[in-house]
Amino acid sequence: MVELRILVCVKRVPAPGARITLTADHQGIDAKNLGFTTSPHEECAVEEAIRLVETHGGSATVLTLGAVEADEQLRYAVSVGVNSAVHVTHASLAGGADWDAQATARALADAISSLEATDGAFDLILFGNESADSGGFQVGVRVARQLGRAIVNGIKGIVVENGSVTAQRESTSGFEVYQLALPAVLGVKEGLNLPRYPTLPGRLKSKKVEVPVLTAEPMPGGLATLSFDNAAELVVETTMLGTGPEAAPAIVDLLEELGLV
Amino acid sequence: MSNEILVVVEHDRGEVTETSYQAFGLARTLLSAGVGTSITAVVIGAEADALAAGIGSYGAGLSVLVHHAELTDYAPEAWGDVVAQLIASRAPAAVVATGTDRGNEVLAHAAAIADLPFAANVTDVSLADGLGLTRVRWGGSLLEQSRLHAPVYVLSGSAHTFTGEPSGDAAATTEVFEPTLDASAARTRVVDRVTLAAGITLTTAAVVVSGGRGVGSADGFAPLTELADLLGGAVGCSRVVTNNGWRPHSDQVGQTGKRIAPELYIACGISGAIQHWVGMMASKHVLAINTDNEANMVGKAEYAVIGDLHKILPAVSDEIRRRRASA
Ligand SMILES: Cc1cc2nc3c(=O)[nH]c(=O)nc-3n(C[C@H](O)[C@H](O)[C@H](O)COP(=O)(O)OP(=O)(O)OC[C@H]3O[C@@H](n4cnc5c(N)ncnc54)[C@H](O)[C@@H]3O)c2cc1C
Repeated sequence: MVELRILVCVKRVPAPGARITLTADHQGIDAKNLGFTTSPHEECAVEEAIRLVETHGGSATVLTLGAVEADEQLRYAVSVGVNSAVHVTHASLAGGADWDAQATARALADAISSLEATDGAFDLILFGNESADSGGFQVGVRVARQLGRAIVNGIKGIVVENGSVTAQRESTSGFEVYQLALPAVLGVKEGLNLPRYPTLPGRLKSKKVEVPVLTAEPMPGGLATLSFDNAAELVVETTMLGTGPEAAPAIVDLLEELGLV
Repeated sequence: MSNEILVVVEHDRGEVTETSYQAFGLARTLLSAGVGTSITAVVIGAEADALAAGIGSYGAGLSVLVHHAELTDYAPEAWGDVVAQLIASRAPAAVVATGTDRGNEVLAHAAAIADLPFAANVTDVSLADGLGLTRVRWGGSLLEQSRLHAPVYVLSGSAHTFTGEPSGDAAATTEVFEPTLDASAARTRVVDRVTLAAGITLTTAAVVVSGGRGVGSADGFAPLTELADLLGGAVGCSRVVTNNGWRPHSDQVGQTGKRIAPELYIACGISGAIQHWVGMMASKHVLAINTDNEANMVGKAEYAVIGDLHKILPAVSDEIRRRRASA
C-alpha cells in the first residue's frame, strides 16, 4: 500500500450569530462576544485528510496562517485525528486582521516549500474553496501555481487510487469528474463528508502536541480593505398567524392565498 | 495599456447561462465609471464559436475566439492560462467574469499567473486613487469597501447583481487567438459527468419546508416531509441538522449550503442565524414556526406562528387534507 502525506490549510474565523456586529470605526467585526471556528469548508478538508490516512496510511498535517489564537483551530484538528500541526504567524495578524490573498498565498506556499524541503513532498494538499469571512476564492489556486501543481476547486468527492485522485464537483445537473495525478491540490466544499467530533484521547493529545511556529513577512499585493458595512436589511412587519396547532387554518388560508395548495 | 475590458464568457460545451452574461453588465458598469473604452468578449474553445454571433448585443465590439486542440471541455488551468496570455498580449484595462464557481476559478488562475490582485464578487466600482470597490464577504451579509491598485483590474461580479440582458443590437467583429498550451494544461479537464435525476429539487421548488435544531432528530423530519409532499415542495434544513447527520448536506440552506428563492419558505425550528438567512433571503415569502417569539427568524419573517412545530405541522397537513376532501 502506498502511504499518503496530506496537508490541510485552514483559517480561523469568527462564528457570528443573528447579525454581524461591526466595530465603531467599521474596520473590523466586533468579536468581543463571539466564538471562533475553523472555516466550514476546511473542517471537511480536515475530516477528509483523516479518512484518507485511515484508508491508505500515512500522515495528515494541518497548517494555518493566523494570529497566535489560531493555535486553537490547529489543536482542534489534532483532537479529531490529524497527526501534526504547523502555525505560520506574524504580529500584524493580531486580533484576526487579514492579510490580502496574495500575501497569504505567498506565506503559505513558502511555508509548504520549507516543510517539503525537510520531510518530502505532500501527495495531496487540501484547501477550503473559499474562506467563510473574506471569501476571496483564490488562495488555494495561488499556492498551487507557486508550487507548480494542479488544482481543481469546488470538490465534494475524493477517491485516491494508483497515484491519482478522482475528484467530483457539483454542477447544475449533477457532478463533473476530474482526475489529477499526485501530487495535487484540491479546493473542497462543505458536504464532502460529515466531520467527526473530538474524542477524549484526541483532546488529550491535542493539548500535548508540539506546534512549531514559523514567522512570515507580509508582502502585500494590490487589493486593500478599507472598511466594512452590513448589507442592507429589509425591515418587515411580521404578521402573527396565531399560536400552536390552532393556527393551522390560518396557515392553510395563507397557502391558498399564495396559490400553493 | 489598452483601453479594452476583457469579458470571459463562461460556457459549458457551448451552452451559456444568463448568469454568465452578467459579466457584460459589470463591464458596462466599469465603462460608466471611466475604466476602459471598449468591451472584448473572450470565448474559449472552438465548440463555443457560435456564441460570437450574439455577443455584440451585450456591448462587445470584438469577440476573441480562442482555438486550441486541448480546449475541448472546461479545464480551469488551461482557461486560466489562456486568460493570462491575453492579459500579457493585449494589456487590457480590466478582465472580468461572473463570480460563479468557474468564473472565480478561472480569474484566480489568471491573476496568479500574471501576479495580479483579484477581487472576487464585486457589487460596485468607482474610480478613485486606483479602483474603489464594494465586494461581498460572509456569503453576502457583509460588504467590504476596498481599493484595488493594479496595472490590470481583475474582477468578478457578484452573481445576480449586474444585468445579464443585452444592451443593444450591435454586431461584434471576431478574431481568432491561438494560445500556447502544453499538454499539462489539460490535466485538470473534466473527464466525465454524472447526471442526477431531475425532479422537484430544493432549488426549483415553489415551497420549501425547512427544519432546524428544533426538529430534534432525523425522525422528527417526518411531519416536514409530509407537508412538503402534500404541497409538491421540497425539504430544506439548517447546518445544525446536517452536522447532526439528520439530513444530507444537499438539503442545507445557507452560506455553505444552497441559495434558494422559493415562493414560500417555511422555517421550522430555525433561529435565523445570518449564515442561514443569506441562503433563503431571496424567498418571496417567509413563514417562521418557532417556540421562541424572540427568535431572529420570527422578527425577520413576513408571517409567524409561535409554538411547537411537532404539533403545528401535522395540524396543517390535516387541515389541507380536510379541505381537499370537502372541495
Ligand atoms: C462560516 C459559517 C458558515 C455557516 N453556514 C451555514 C449554512 O450554510 N446554513 C446554516 O443553516 N447555518 C450555517 N452556519 C451555522 C449558523 O451560524 C447557525 O449555527 C445555524 O444556522 C443554527 O441552526 P438552527 O437555527 O437550526 O439552530 P439554533 O440556532 O439552535 O435554533 C433552533 C431554533 O429552534 C427553535 N425550536 C426549538 N424547539 C422547537 C420546537 N419544538 N418547535 C419550534 N421551534 C423550536 C428554537 O427556539 C430556536 O430558535 C454557519 C456558521 C458559520 C460560522
